[in-house]
Amino acid sequence: MTRWARSSEFYVGLILLLLFAIIGSRNGAFFSAANLFDLIRSAIVPGIFAMCATMVIISGGIDVSFPAIATFSMFSATKLLLAWHFDGPVFVAFALAGAIGLCLGLINGLLIAYFRLPALIVTLGTSSMFSGFLLTFVGSRQVSNLPASLDRFGKLQVVKFAGEGGITVGLPMTVLFTAAIVLAVAGILKYTMIGRGIYALGGDPVSAERIGFSAKFLQCFVYGFVGLLAGIAGMIQTTMMRSSNPVDLLGTELLIIAAVVLGGVRITGGHGSVLGALLGLLLIVTIQNSLILVGIPSYWQRLVIGALILVGTGIAAYQIKRSSAKRKSILA
Amino acid sequence: MSIPTAKRPEPDSSYGRFSFSLRRWMAQDGNLMRLFVIMIVVWAAMAMLSPRTFLTIDSFSSMAFQFPEIGILALAMMLAMISGGIDLSIVGTANLTSILAAMMMVRLMPADAGAGESAMYMALGVLCALVSGVLCGLLNGWAVAKIGIPPILVTLGSMQLFIGLAIVLTEGKAIVGLPEAFSSIGNGTLVGLPVPLLVFAACIVSVYALVNRRPFGIKLQMLGSNPTAARYGGIDNTAVLLKTYALSGLLAAVAGLVIIAHTNSAKADYGTSYILQSILIAVMGGVNPNGGFGKIAGIVMAVLTLQFLSSGLNALHVGNFFKDFVWGIVLILVMVANEIGPKWRWRRRQPESSV
Repeated sequence: MTRWARSSEFYVGLILLLLFAIIGSRNGAFFSAANLFDLIRSAIVPGIFAMCATMVIISGGIDVSFPAIATFSMFSATKLLLAWHFDGPVFVAFALAGAIGLCLGLINGLLIAYFRLPALIVTLGTSSMFSGFLLTFVGSRQVSNLPASLDRFGKLQVVKFAGEGGITVGLPMTVLFTAAIVLAVAGILKYTMIGRGIYALGGDPVSAERIGFSAKFLQCFVYGFVGLLAGIAGMIQTTMMRSSNPVDLLGTELLIIAAVVLGGVRITGGHGSVLGALLGLLLIVTIQNSLILVGIPSYWQRLVIGALILVGTGIAAYQIKRSSAKRKSILA
Repeated sequence: MSIPTAKRPEPDSSYGRFSFSLRRWMAQDGNLMRLFVIMIVVWAAMAMLSPRTFLTIDSFSSMAFQFPEIGILALAMMLAMISGGIDLSIVGTANLTSILAAMMMVRLMPADAGAGESAMYMALGVLCALVSGVLCGLLNGWAVAKIGIPPILVTLGSMQLFIGLAIVLTEGKAIVGLPEAFSSIGNGTLVGLPVPLLVFAACIVSVYALVNRRPFGIKLQMLGSNPTAARYGGIDNTAVLLKTYALSGLLAAVAGLVIIAHTNSAKADYGTSYILQSILIAVMGGVNPNGGFGKIAGIVMAVLTLQFLSSGLNALHVGNFFKDFVWGIVLILVMVANEIGPKWRWRRRQPESSV
């Protein structure tokens, strides 16, 4: 078999196509533009989160605080803008949310890099800290009167046409943001020294340091960058919902990590690709959105996703075990 | 804690290894000591801030009904963490097993059941919960030990699976109307002590006996500190892992039973924030997240500290969200203190030893 046919991206893609075919054959409405656009729309924010999770996991860490960071940045940024009676370009709102996210992400990065604390537990702690702080001191009630420019931006659409039944279907402008971020993360991971460092650090931290990568810098970069992306994702959520809700995104972290891992990003670090992560995410989003189209009640979702995670990671782990056993037998 | 030891010579030959382990033992005891001080300080602070509501028999007895469930879950988390893993599925296991028990009690029991018959159904429900808890744990252990999936992924998936199964079984609704006798056990007292507290005490004693008085405990700690070395040392890692996760599942099922007996209802998505809290308690109690070490006394003190904190904050009428904030900060601070505490002492001793 050729190399690409053995990659996990190939398998996830295959399963995804199979799923599309099954759902599509059972219910023609699945392939309607309205449904497909709906699918894409519901992947816009999770898509950015998936990029966050991918970067961190490849670097050998894990981050469960990105929904809390996203919520914190979007809600406090919205509150600030409202307090300033802001009506300038939208760019400022995204920059502000991104900057807040960057600061919060750097807190994670500093704790993990300089105190050498386990990433899972640090981010669990900061996640609880950030959302607790937000809900206690900034506010816990949804803000629906967004600044006018944000509101206008939320209504902008990239493509738009009247579907069957006269309902206009379209994709919001923010889909371009996600596309840009996906390309940027893919570019960083593939074509920059920092990206190579992230893979090296995740593969073997000691070797990475010996060949001259600074683990501290890389970890701060990864967690900071993830914070930045999460902040932007939060602002996107706000413009798409046309309101800022401080509990909206919380609790999605484990599902996103599961999606990314299904896409072949190895939780032990050093392995994985942006394409795989996206495919894994699409798989989860499709299950969440479309099981109902084949007549499976929505309360089966979690069971199906749980089984999928266990089977998917089980196959991957089994393959690794088998290939390493083979290698050992050659040595012996 | 740090008595100046200027005159003590520092051995630097092979004896140094022995003295190092001794010192590490001291440092670990120092952790317990520090935790004890933190617990007393938190208690005193809360008592001073709201003496009227915090320092009452009522508040202590309501605390004694609250912390056992999270305490038992933290014990389950501790076992998985000592083995070098983590168990994110404990809350899922607790909910699934308690729903099975509740269904046994509510759906199967005939309406006109006599006292003896209803006791039998209750016992059946409890047994069913415990057995299914062990099975849930064995599934985790099997996937970790036999297939080789990292524990965090296994339990992430099985958490979704168990909660998903519970949702499918109940179609998302809560099961209410447990037999009165059962919930009166959960809210009752025996010789003046709340039953959940007694259950927690029983769990503590049995886990203590297992970890500190049986070969299993040594094997578990060796596996957690270095799996490869443990294997070459003749330990059957697979058996130890299976046993650990089965125990963790069993404890989760016990916690689930305590929860439904206390709240008188079973829900598929009850207490999802307990996962974070049990990790927090385990880490605060001095369990090494990388595996190999953990003390039950630490867990008990961490549970009590958090309970004092949360009851005290409740008495002050600050919102639930503020508690999350404080807990996050406490977790980070405790970890930073555990990390830099020993290093700092070691650095300070360096010049003395060179004299």
